[in-house]
Amino acid sequence: MKGNFIDNLPKVYGIYTGGFIGFIIIMAIAEQMGMSAKAIGIAFVAFTVFIYALIGWLSRTAQADAYYVAGRQVPTVFNGMATAADWMSGASFVAMAGGIYFKGYGYMALLVGWTGGYVLVASLLAPYLRKFGCYTVPDFIGTRYGGNLARFSAVVVLTVASFTYVTAQINATGTIASVALDIPFQYAVYIGLISILLCSMLGGMRGVTWTQVAQYIVLIIAYLLPVFWISNKMGAGFFPHFMLADEVARIGELEQQFGFIANSKENLAMVPKGLAGITKAHSAVNATPWAFISLALAMMMGTASLPHVMMRYFTTPSVKAARKSVGWSLFFIFLLYSSAPMLATLSKLSLIDPSLPTGIIGKSIADVQAIDWYQNWNAANLMFVSDFNGNGTLELNEFFMGGKAVVLATPEIAGLPYVISGLVAAGGMAAAMSTADGLILAIANAISHDVYYKIIDPKAETAKRLVVARVLLLVIGFAGATIAAMEIQGILGSVIWAFDFAMSGLFFPLVLGVWWKRANRQGAIAGMLGGLAAGTWYLVWVRTGGSGFLGITQLTFGIFGSAVSLVAMVVVSLMTQEPDKATQKMVDDVRVPSGRTVIGKQ
Amino acid sequence: MSNQQKHWEKTRGLLFMTLAIWFVFSIGIFLFGAEMNEVTGPFGYPWTYWFTCQGSLGIFVILIFWFANRQEKIDEEFGFSEREDE
Repeated sequence: MKGNFIDNLPKVYGIYTGGFIGFIIIMAIAEQMGMSAKAIGIAFVAFTVFIYALIGWLSRTAQADAYYVAGRQVPTVFNGMATAADWMSGASFVAMAGGIYFKGYGYMALLVGWTGGYVLVASLLAPYLRKFGCYTVPDFIGTRYGGNLARFSAVVVLTVASFTYVTAQINATGTIASVALDIPFQYAVYIGLISILLCSMLGGMRGVTWTQVAQYIVLIIAYLLPVFWISNKMGAGFFPHFMLADEVARIGELEQQFGFIANSKENLAMVPKGLAGITKAHSAVNATPWAFISLALAMMMGTASLPHVMMRYFTTPSVKAARKSVGWSLFFIFLLYSSAPMLATLSKLSLIDPSLPTGIIGKSIADVQAIDWYQNWNAANLMFVSDFNGNGTLELNEFFMGGKAVVLATPEIAGLPYVISGLVAAGGMAAAMSTADGLILAIANAISHDVYYKIIDPKAETAKRLVVARVLLLVIGFAGATIAAMEIQGILGSVIWAFDFAMSGLFFPLVLGVWWKRANRQGAIAGMLGGLAAGTWYLVWVRTGGSGFLGITQLTFGIFGSAVSLVAMVVVSLMTQEPDKATQKMVDDVRVPSGRTVIGKQ
Repeated sequence: MSNQQKHWEKTRGLLFMTLAIWFVFSIGIFLFGAEMNEVTGPFGYPWTYWFTCQGSLGIFVILIFWFANRQEKIDEEFGFSEREDE
């Protein structure tokens, strides 16, 4: 190929996408010829992980600029894809449709929150931080406010938020690897970790960027193909997003007809842990305005504070490109997020509608227990039926499913070939790996650049800095995997906490750093540490039986944390001296897109 | 007022406009979620349901591109747009 790598990107990824589709077709043919389901699952996961590792190896680098910000030459659209993969975690991929399936409207606040946050990213922060020219988010805080304590406080908040998040992602890679490769979870976690590190160890941000683009392509194909296929197979419409109104209405009718019957405590005790029944309306408004809005707001402000997302916009060639790139990121995220409710609708209707061949409600319990897919997913601990009322037929309140089953099992229930299930496993793996890579890199870069280089040893040579960065990557990865192997909390819970931690400590110090010249060091430190402490206290208080106030729950504690952060930051800033002339000049420079970056070459 | 101050005035104006639109579609309309869901909206979905699964999300995408274009215009107007070789 002629020209440099960047010019050839559309061609390179075009060939890659074609190759991947070819691989899916080969697997489909192999399935017809008798390849076992297990072998297909292994082939999908192994093949894709091998490709990512290859890209990681090809992107190896010894330059600080390439390692930290991919040489600042990632084109707008590709950075959008990389950000979308960075953003959409194993939880988005595997658990989101399930959440919508079980909780309906109240849960969909997450869809609004996880997309609306990008408006804040684009308008309040990303272009300005790009102009600043920092390598990491604490780099901005440390230079804007000055002083090692401010820098270190930012590293603390970043580490708390990102580490909470990363254990969930390593956990997800472990879950998928253990199912696809059929090995125990405790080992699968480390296989997942090694795959993650292969992408980021050698090339840093450059390696992660190009693997994330590749991972986005896999995950979006893996998500959309089954949704369209199932919709067409059920006759629900060839473009589900615009054509499922009748299905949504039909679910509402069936809910009326069956009614939501509450189960007794004794009966529920028989249901395996982690499974749930359908107890909430599918499309009706089932949450109070404040419950919905507070969750959406927390996720939006958290989005704008999470360093692994913000640092993706440090890699664009210009400030202008950073803004556009946020738009592309959200577009690529939108493709998946707008499909999740459609998948939830198709999945629910195919199970509960007695007039469909796949419907199981109203059938005899013995018949349901004899279905192949029921037996498979029951064995995987994701499905359960029990005849509570003893009438022999399955009622709506006697059917239980795990949240992950909506994505993982629906293709099989709808009668799609197994190759689709293999594809979905590869997609889930891609989603979890790409997010884990972004997070581990964010933590390792913050510690290597901000703590080691800027605070401990400012004279360190590039080679030494990059060795430290890579050692940290390993240490943080293994720490995350070790905690993930203990299986402390569910995937989604810890993801939401990460947003709350990030917004508690970082939202206002970042935003006011650009938009309020008067904000100073003392104020920022008070804002970061005060916000993080207040948020953490609230979480612990509610978790240990505290009643909470203003309807703020353990999922939205960031609202309290960030409010404390804002007040602390403004009050302390106004009580202390205003920033010096040089700092004010720096803020003026940040606000103008043209010209050199504020920090300059590092 | 200097050129740079005027540029910042306009930039801030655009920010407030962007945040106002953002506020309406991320928070404002959900104050009336229950009432709005009674009415049939685009493609036959109930309005609130449509906003949560497509509407608000799509509006955010368009809003960001609109914002980026407007900001570029403002930068050009005051001579602050980046040169291609930078």
